[in-house]
Amino acid sequence: MTDDKTSHPQSSEGISMNQPTATSTSSRPGVNIAPQATGSGFPAADDSVRETAPMMELRDVSVYYGDYEAVRGTSLPIRQNQITAMIGPSGCGKSTTLRSLNRMNDLIVGARVTGSVTYHGQNLYAKDVDPIEVRRRIGMVFQKPNPFPKSIYDNIAYGPRVNGMKVANMDHLVEEALTRAALWDEVKDKLKSSALSLSGGQQQRLCIARTIAVKPDVILMDEPCSALDPIATGKIEDLMHTLSREYTIVIVTHNMQQAARVSHYTAFFTAEVDEKQVRHGRLVEFSGTQKLFTNPDDKRTEDYITGRFG
Amino acid sequence: MSAPSLTTPRAQQNPSGVALTQSRRRPGETLFRITLQACLLIAFAALAALLLWVLVKGWNRLDSRLWTEMPTGLVSRINGAGVQSALVGTLWIISLVALISLPIGILSAIYLEEYADTTKWYNRLLELNIQNLAGVPSIIFGILGLGIIARALGLGFTVITAAIVLSLLVLPVVIIATREALRAVPQSIRQASYALGATKWQTISRQVLPSAVPGIATGSILALSRAIGEAAPLIVLGAVTFITFNPDGIDSAYTALPIQIYAFIGRSQAGYTELAAGAIVLLLAIVLVMNSVAIFVRNRFEKRW
Repeated sequence: MTDDKTSHPQSSEGISMNQPTATSTSSRPGVNIAPQATGSGFPAADDSVRETAPMMELRDVSVYYGDYEAVRGTSLPIRQNQITAMIGPSGCGKSTTLRSLNRMNDLIVGARVTGSVTYHGQNLYAKDVDPIEVRRRIGMVFQKPNPFPKSIYDNIAYGPRVNGMKVANMDHLVEEALTRAALWDEVKDKLKSSALSLSGGQQQRLCIARTIAVKPDVILMDEPCSALDPIATGKIEDLMHTLSREYTIVIVTHNMQQAARVSHYTAFFTAEVDEKQVRHGRLVEFSGTQKLFTNPDDKRTEDYITGRFG
Repeated sequence: MSAPSLTTPRAQQNPSGVALTQSRRRPGETLFRITLQACLLIAFAALAALLLWVLVKGWNRLDSRLWTEMPTGLVSRINGAGVQSALVGTLWIISLVALISLPIGILSAIYLEEYADTTKWYNRLLELNIQNLAGVPSIIFGILGLGIIARALGLGFTVITAAIVLSLLVLPVVIIATREALRAVPQSIRQASYALGATKWQTISRQVLPSAVPGIATGSILALSRAIGEAAPLIVLGAVTFITFNPDGIDSAYTALPIQIYAFIGRSQAGYTELAAGAIVLLLAIVLVMNSVAIFVRNRFEKRW
């Protein structure tokens, strides 16, 4: 495994980059799209929920757009090799919070973050932190598949190239990334054709492969399945499950069943109206997914997950 | 009329009772379409008449002498004359305009579109003024060039002066066209690039610019074809009415096709008007070729999202 693996000079510290055999495509125990059908349907059923060390930690994070406070005082841990889901109604600040985890909010004029987001103990918002380096380690997959208008091969190779990764054999790296994203078999004969010729679901897996190719620690997914049909969604969910063995994943989703199906931990956000009639996103509850969906502590969580609200 | 007035009486006889056939003429629709077609026809007829006129008028002169022979001031020799010096002058000027205006225009547009913080007043002022500059009459640029470039900078009535002034003239057009092209590249592409750890310059140079090339090329070529037909600024910039030698450098005296046409057409002798018509056809052909290249580039390389 390690012989064809490219090494990155900066990623040699304690960050776990060891992979199990890459061909472990979607052998998730009891994969079922409808969780209520068999047993609990929660990942907890396969004992993969663990209180691993937090890879990232949000402490009292507020995100502002100009003077508007979009998200207020969020604190939660992102545990290593676990899938953390963020759910909640529209406008509750879950995507905004997600984007604060790899400084994508920097790209929005007037956006600013207070509080701290630590990654391996380092505050991402410290003055000397380079957002470029942050985004290389904390990758992101977007709501709408957004492959580059280039070939499939070049989509994967782009990240390693711009990062100046020393890649001994780019072909291997492309194959490895596509294999892990469970896309290799479908595209191996047309690596040179345009990424835009793929179907929506394939494009989204390509975007995941592209993210994996730069060997990040954390993958952020912002409603990655909302533009996809149920079959493509199922494939992405299987993929997330497989990937969580090697990566830490944070997913924002509108789909509560999806959160219940794939995540180990869930954070429920809601929009609160303050005394001045301004809406702010707010974290209501964070706990293990099974607990949050079966025995939530907060009344608002219960109302939301039972469909009485939102 | 019975209750469902959407249907014709004939259609109501349809046994199913559901009739979707067109019930009555909609005069407004027809009238609007005819108006649109009439407008198109007017524009097209004017162009066709112009083309036809110059073709008929200049027919006798449409041969290789047009570009192999020099113009002349002697009526007796006009029938064997051409416009070579003007053609070469035009090619000199337009090449220099491309060299000056395209890099400056494209880089300015990249700054405005990708780097400038549009919440800052000076950037907004800059934007507003570029829009305004695009609307300034070309003769004003000519006078500016005469005062500053020809006289104050001492470049004189030379090819380079003409090229600089025409570059300034088309710069706003290049900037605006390039900005449009950059804006057409979806934000999601930039985000995807940043999310992979690319820097701003990497994102612009490897994703945004390549995707915007068709739009930039099209806009640039159209801007250059505007510059090629400009006569007004050159009149004040001392383009000579005819010269019998080709410009041999950027500091050479020159004339250009529009100026040559203007000079010939003002003379009463038939030989001159014929040669002017021939030169117009030549100028139109150059513009047409450039616009065809623009269309080809756009169709060939345009990205569909």
